[in-house]
Amino acid sequence: MDLHELEAIAERELAQRPRLRILYCSATGCQASGALEVKRRLEGLLAETGRQVEIDVGAVGCLGLCGRGPIVRIEPSGATFEHVKPDDAGEIVAALDGHACHVARCDQDHPFFTRQLLIVRRHCGLINPDRIEDYIAVGGYRSLYHVIHEMTPAEVIQAITRSGLRGRGGAGYPTGLKWATVAKSPGERKFVICNADEGDPGAFMDRSILESDPHLVLEGMAIAAYAVGAEQGFIYVRGEYPLAIERLQKAIAQARRHGLLGAQIFESGFNFRVDIRVGAGAFVCGEETALIASIEGRRGQPRPRPPYPAESGLWGMPTLINNVETFANVTAIIENGPEWYSSIGTEKSKGTKIFALTGKIRNTGLIEVPMGITLREIVEEMGGGTPDGTPVKAVQTGGPSGGCIPASLFHTPVDYESLAAVGSIMGSGGMVVMDEHTNMVDVARFYMEFCKDESCGKCIPCRVGTVQLLNMLTKLRNRQAHASDLVKIEELCELMRETSLCGLGQSAPNPVLSTLHYFRHEYEELIGAEGDHGS
Amino acid sequence: MAAKTLTIDGHLVSARPGETLLEAIREAGITIPTLCHLDGLSDVGACRLCLVEIEGQRRLQPACMTMVSEGMVVHTNTPRLQAYRRQIIELLFAERNHVCSVCVASGHCELQRLAGMVGMDHVRYEYLSPDCPVDISHMRFGIDHNRCVLCTRCVRACDEIEGVHTWDVAGRGVDARVITDMNQPWGTSTTCTSCGKCQLACPTGAIFPRGVTVGERPLASERIALIVEARKQRW
Repeated sequence: MDLHELEAIAERELAQRPRLRILYCSATGCQASGALEVKRRLEGLLAETGRQVEIDVGAVGCLGLCGRGPIVRIEPSGATFEHVKPDDAGEIVAALDGHACHVARCDQDHPFFTRQLLIVRRHCGLINPDRIEDYIAVGGYRSLYHVIHEMTPAEVIQAITRSGLRGRGGAGYPTGLKWATVAKSPGERKFVICNADEGDPGAFMDRSILESDPHLVLEGMAIAAYAVGAEQGFIYVRGEYPLAIERLQKAIAQARRHGLLGAQIFESGFNFRVDIRVGAGAFVCGEETALIASIEGRRGQPRPRPPYPAESGLWGMPTLINNVETFANVTAIIENGPEWYSSIGTEKSKGTKIFALTGKIRNTGLIEVPMGITLREIVEEMGGGTPDGTPVKAVQTGGPSGGCIPASLFHTPVDYESLAAVGSIMGSGGMVVMDEHTNMVDVARFYMEFCKDESCGKCIPCRVGTVQLLNMLTKLRNRQAHASDLVKIEELCELMRETSLCGLGQSAPNPVLSTLHYFRHEYEELIGAEGDHGS
Repeated sequence: MAAKTLTIDGHLVSARPGETLLEAIREAGITIPTLCHLDGLSDVGACRLCLVEIEGQRRLQPACMTMVSEGMVVHTNTPRLQAYRRQIIELLFAERNHVCSVCVASGHCELQRLAGMVGMDHVRYEYLSPDCPVDISHMRFGIDHNRCVLCTRCVRACDEIEGVHTWDVAGRGVDARVITDMNQPWGTSTTCTSCGKCQLACPTGAIFPRGVTVGERPLASERIALIVEARKQRW
């Protein structure tokens, strides 16, 4: 494979593509609401009328507005329809012919779409994730070619460092620095791992990227491998994402067949092989040392750091671990240059972030927004507020490691530092909206129960602390708690935060601490009458 | 490589390169509580009792898994660390059914000693009182899960010294249990060599020789290190 062959594939693909196209979202959300039946009816209809050559019915990745699936778009007009039912097939074909159509349309001028800035999701909804030709036709694998033939590994790391990209898994560690550390760490072999063990309740952006544009992640990983000097990569993807796994497997096979993965990529000396490892359903395996243990075939338990995986990771070798979304940012940086990337976002948080907007919100789905946008813009303008107009009370960001941010702080810009300053975290990108009817003790209980179920059991503060906290919160909820229990809750939260072995235990108290901070009265209201006698 | 000089609780201490902080602390004559650490076995940093404060580091670090480095300034016994250690021991006592008055290890139990050492005189947390089984299917030994603290010393002794790996951990969180083979009765294990090293390594009365009664099981965990040393010297 060389650049000419790549261009030839792209040209051939564009030339043979029919002008009229019906594109349906084939990601998990829309499939669950019946996208495949819609597709069957459309194909049946076109076959009956003998128009199957003239009009192409194609699968594309996630179109973003997951709460209104199935979503179908027609080209060249670009009209997008929501809540499409199989019976709407005729109407959609009519719309393609320029006739009137009564199927509900997505308002493409709504802030939900207009406020987005698509970098990672730029191909979502445009290409068929099952076909490498589609990805090549939109410029795919050019960055990898450019990097291998025109840049040194050091220059690639420089570019990533200058772009200001930070880890999208949640902690926001500078990506360039991590790559440089792995590149400089001595080791006979090095590894690149893509962490696709997305486990936060309410977060599904990594799944959507893998289901919509798997080659983007593979290309990002290959560029990273070239930069750090690795020849083997692993994608650790959770078993609950069967569609993502299937599409990744297909994508890896296609890339290998085209010589874009495997030995001597682009006829250079660079080799890179990618294998998939499927997780068995443990949240803690998203923690990098537990993830490594799991790939090695051991029990998925974290170990103390240092040493960090960059120095001693998989089988003791220097290992680069980045999240799906981090890798998905790489090609855009190479294509457009680090200065372009660093011009987006805030001073310390560059680029865009994808959020999964869920909960009591009118527009549920995935949004990619520039860093620095305020929570108010996301929740009220893009999300459209709550479905029934009840005032929004808070948003929860960062999943079980994050916190609740009250509506009074919705002027907070979304970036790593600002969210940390109000007691939450950026996290992987879950954003759960809660309205006035939500009790914050219930919210804290929910996340604590999650952490209790997901604690691996290795260290005592997390193993027993989560159970004790959950029991005390339950007691409180049942109005059986004493004022002293609140003191004990806070004490235990501190113990877990300071002494737990890994990020899961250290951050497990966050939902409790942040709700206690902003909604303490809701806890105090629940302290029972019996309790007061004792005090 | 040159020896390292560090400051532990205000005293200047020298240490060999590659030594752990725990070794340096002990050499300096300072006692800090440990539970999952056992001389002769690898370290896992799980019990969090040996956490120390290191100046310039944001997080507390386990002394057993932190390597000494030049100029390190370490505090091993601050009021904050004392409070955390007491809380951790409280959590352990509340987790399973630790009833000293009927335990074979009473008086020779590391958990008991630790409670005394950190000054834990009562448990403020709710006892979880789980329903734990006792397995006495093995000819010579028994395991009472009510007394297990999940330090995994038995797992490591079996794997690293006996080289058998009969023991492992199953389940997650508070439901985690040490198991033999594929979670079958110990007596039916086809890998167990009945060497008894798990029993030597156990800090509490969880693994015990059959036939002993209250307070009769001596604490002999230092013999694990002796076996390791003896093998090195090829006696």
